[in-house]
Amino acid sequence: MSIEIDDRVRFQAASDQSLLVYFGERITLDAHQRVRGLVHLLKLEPIPGIRNLQPGYHSLLLNFDIEKLTHIQLERILRGYLDRITISALQPGRMKQIPTCYGGEFGPDLGEVARLHGLTPAQAIELHASVTYIVFFLGFVPGFAYLGKLPDALATPRLATPRRSTPAGSVGIAENQTGVYPFATPGGWRLIGRTPIKMFRPDRREMNFLAIGDQVRFTPISERRFIALENA
Amino acid sequence: MSTIRVQSPGLSTTVQDLGRQGFGLFGVSPSGAADPIALRLGNRLVMNAENAAGLEMALVGGTFSFPEGAVLALTGSDFGATLDGLPLDMWTSVNVLPGQTIRFGPTQSGARCYLCVHGGIAVRPFLGSASTQILSGLGGFKGRSLRKADVMKIGPQTQSFRKRAIAPQASIELSRRESLQVTPGPQTDWFLESSLRTFYAEKYRISEQSNRMGVRLEGTGVLQNQDQRMVTEGVSLGAVQIPPEGSPIILFVEQQTTGGYPKVANVISADLHRIGQLRPRDYVQFSEVTIETARSLLIEQEEFLSSKEIILE
Repeated sequence: MSIEIDDRVRFQAASDQSLLVYFGERITLDAHQRVRGLVHLLKLEPIPGIRNLQPGYHSLLLNFDIEKLTHIQLERILRGYLDRITISALQPGRMKQIPTCYGGEFGPDLGEVARLHGLTPAQAIELHASVTYIVFFLGFVPGFAYLGKLPDALATPRLATPRRSTPAGSVGIAENQTGVYPFATPGGWRLIGRTPIKMFRPDRREMNFLAIGDQVRFTPISERRFIALENA
Repeated sequence: MSTIRVQSPGLSTTVQDLGRQGFGLFGVSPSGAADPIALRLGNRLVMNAENAAGLEMALVGGTFSFPEGAVLALTGSDFGATLDGLPLDMWTSVNVLPGQTIRFGPTQSGARCYLCVHGGIAVRPFLGSASTQILSGLGGFKGRSLRKADVMKIGPQTQSFRKRAIAPQASIELSRRESLQVTPGPQTDWFLESSLRTFYAEKYRISEQSNRMGVRLEGTGVLQNQDQRMVTEGVSLGAVQIPPEGSPIILFVEQQTTGGYPKVANVISADLHRIGQLRPRDYVQFSEVTIETARSLLIEQEEFLSSKEIILE
């Protein structure tokens, strides 16, 4: 998340029915805002034939109907949108809290993560909970929000062998990212805690607890509080 | 209302239609039938809209009874179905009488067989689709594979039985699965020239670990020319991603919507349905085409599917 601005936009066919738009080549706050800005503009002024939008850190994947559009046509239309991306028009992200019970059975990798960085588990928790994160995008599985930026002092590579199943609500870290597993899925992120909050609620009108652009803080809670919230 | 009763579910039987498009912002992949052409044709045989929900069986089928009878059709791979003990033809509409039972066995060809029923399987749609997404437990019948004693409702039946069949040539052509055509992927130039040659020369073996999320391939690994750091980005259906150890994975209908592995190639739209018929221990070879060719192949395929000659009355 450098403050340096990289204005280059690159178009790349991903498949015969999809096109990637890259804003620079690295993860920056500016690239993220331009991804958000383009998504916003495409919601206001949809392009006929577009079937799906999938944002990434510094990219947007557009899936389209190849009987209606070609890559060249779509690129030409999108170039007309790029100049009109106005980051100032974006709604500021909502502030969201994620109560998290760290360590123990809920965060089996906390000790190892702390040790790798020469911290005590309490210091690692404090560090993780000290930052306001941004939701860069949702991906992987329904409701999974990619949150950044995790402090460098906690940045840890993925597990060499992913777990076959990671419990729902697990709070994980990988490199400079953190996130919450909405479902029990296989996963390679290191688990440091668990939240009782349901990240994906298919029975509600707003299904995902977090949305692109939201600002997020983790708040440490006790196991007793976790159980109380889970049963609430 | 007519029903389908599950006497035995088979290995993994789910309710599927053509999936839900347009929910990438929530991290929701389209899901839907693994062989959408088989489902579409099956639906046409039983006078449904192509998008109606049917049953998708994988590798080993189940046993289903129809207390009120039904008009149905079996498409996709041959699972040796019998109706009250007598062999049942594939790719044709069948009038099942009240109380009759259809029993499927293990596959005799590809990975998936579809049971389409006039009126469609009636389930509450999730994000506009009846498709089951097993991993997240969403959609379909209770968000899961079918179990013994499940009872599903059949939608309104508005027409009476008519004998219809798919032209044999069409079903043979659609069932081929020994090769997949691909276009280059977004990171093709990250891989060694020699590895790319291997990728197109190799006959990859389909791993037992394959499922609706991804088809894992075994064979000579594909190696990167240097250690480049991938930034997680959106991934397309049919993307061939290469994890560090080199064995390709084809991202499939219940795919993760974003990923952090480079993609060497992407299966063309006209061949996506063939992935759904690849079964463990099959071999598959990739061949490269241009995006323009891929587009014309899809347009030809759609013209073929909508042509009159394909359905015999």
